[in-house]
Amino acid sequence: MRLRYIAMRLVQLIPMVLVVTMVVFFVMMIVPGDPVMVMLGAVDGAQVPRQVYDAMRVRLGLDQPIIVQYLNWLSNLLQGDLGTSITYRTSALEVILQRLVPTIYLMVGGLVIAVIIAVPAGVLAAIHNSTKWDHLATGFVVVGISVPTFWLALVAILIFAVYLGWLPSIGYTRPQEDFVDFLRHLALPMSVVALNIAATVLRFQRQDFLEQMHQDYVRTARAKGLSETLVLWKHVLRNSLITTFTVVGLQMAYLSGLITIVESVFNYPGIGYLLLNSIRTRDFIVVQGVVLFMVFLVIVVNLMVDILYTVLDPRIRYR
Amino acid sequence: MEARSTDDSLIFARPASRLSSLTRAIIAFAGSDRRAMMGGMLLVLYILVALMGPGISPYDLNAPDLDVRMQAPSWAHWLGTDRIGRDVLTRIIAGSQLSLQVAAGAVIMALILGAPLGALGSYVGGAIDSSVQRVMEGIMAFPSLVLALALVALAGPSVTMLWFAIAFSSIPRYARLVRSGVLTQKEREYVDAARAMGQSPMRILVRQILPHIMAPIAVQLTLDFARAITVEASLSYLGLGLSVPYISWGTMIRDAQDFLEVAPWLAIFPGLTLAGVILAFTLVGDALRDRLDPRMRRSLSRRLA
Repeated sequence: MRLRYIAMRLVQLIPMVLVVTMVVFFVMMIVPGDPVMVMLGAVDGAQVPRQVYDAMRVRLGLDQPIIVQYLNWLSNLLQGDLGTSITYRTSALEVILQRLVPTIYLMVGGLVIAVIIAVPAGVLAAIHNSTKWDHLATGFVVVGISVPTFWLALVAILIFAVYLGWLPSIGYTRPQEDFVDFLRHLALPMSVVALNIAATVLRFQRQDFLEQMHQDYVRTARAKGLSETLVLWKHVLRNSLITTFTVVGLQMAYLSGLITIVESVFNYPGIGYLLLNSIRTRDFIVVQGVVLFMVFLVIVVNLMVDILYTVLDPRIRYR
Repeated sequence: MEARSTDDSLIFARPASRLSSLTRAIIAFAGSDRRAMMGGMLLVLYILVALMGPGISPYDLNAPDLDVRMQAPSWAHWLGTDRIGRDVLTRIIAGSQLSLQVAAGAVIMALILGAPLGALGSYVGGAIDSSVQRVMEGIMAFPSLVLALALVALAGPSVTMLWFAIAFSSIPRYARLVRSGVLTQKEREYVDAARAMGQSPMRILVRQILPHIMAPIAVQLTLDFARAITVEASLSYLGLGLSVPYISWGTMIRDAQDFLEVAPWLAIFPGLTLAGVILAFTLVGDALRDRLDPRMRRSLSRRLA
């Protein structure tokens, strides 16, 4: 049953993947200038021998109709070929994978901390509805949503690196080199990511918990004589965690933008930083690769969330 | 419910005092909700400042004044001066114009591109509807900031490009809102009545159905406004926004980060302004949603009970 559901979800993904790749492919078409010259790295009116130009044109397949170009590009893509980076002169996928590990630390660490803060805080805010706790939580949510990430990051640097001098303001150390230094470098960027995500998760957790608290099953559980703690923290939380997972899944797209900004402020060498650097060096193959990579990450995480649903809530079945 | 929809179908000519009743409704709404009141006041301030522009300041927007470089906030320069002695407050006022212009354009563009797609899908149905929906799902998978970033970086920044880049990822939200709105409304009696009177589908859509689904659209527009302001500032901060002569809060913060230690006000005040404006739209949007979304209202009254 579950396998069938997963298979159906995968089939449903096909049109979405087609749309996504088409958007990326045609967005790349709007790059001003001659793509052949861009590929040759000859941007500022540099001269290129005719033969080299024609050879590159054929190699890029630009002599073929656009639909053929798209299909070729797509078939390469499906084989994991994102093209060759203009600046690094190696496979774009390789370039991206090299930068992926720091980003994963940042994303996963940020998400985990966000959930650890936001879920209990949301539950407490809901249980102690309209009290000081609730107002505090709601205030945190409003501020967390309104304050722009890059500015929050700068303020964090100003306080913790410039004034207090507790943490380094920028950079990254690999954990296998010096684990403590790794954590010190990770602390600020990860906190900024976590606060941002926590605000949204808290908001939905509180809202959903409030709604769940008045459902019939809760009354039944209470009528059975279960303790209030057990009812709220086991029965209600379990049901409301489904919302939490949905929110976390929906946050994936937002998270990609978030890490791009955070990595840029903290000079943190992940794929967001790579994206911005590649934009600056006009390495469009890597730009395209990172965007595609992020979109597929979003799609895969949402697929996993959908599958996780069926584990969390056996009632959910494919229609 | 039944009676209500029949009522609506009878009111083809709207009351003459429509504008004043709208104004009264807005005032009553702001008065009844602290968030709406606070957010609304901030919003009015923001829009007024943007409309009046940097001319209300005694200082020149761009002329350097080397005698007062990097001064901390004072009576003469309320929010301090930057590294070539320009007044920070004057530049923040100028920045409000760009953020308003870009955000307003972006949300309007998203609505104009998204709403007809949703209406088309729900009205025609079938293969067109489902292909529109698939395309919308595809667009929704994109991280909006990253997509805007790539679009602006590739095509080069201009006001129109920013509108489009920011609007693009919002298109599906309007398409979905309008689609589901039209689907629920088109079975209602007042639509039948209008059809019986021989009104064209286009006219029914615009004159009859649209007013009924304006509420969720208004909420979405308000919240998207906040998002658009954030994206514009973020792009400018990353150095991908509009450059001189445009003045963006994001660019101001970008320029300020080299002087964090010696002149923190350069980064702090534009950031606070930005956060305040985003807060204003978020508060108003949330208050509007609580007011207009009947599901939310139910849970609210249940909470109060």
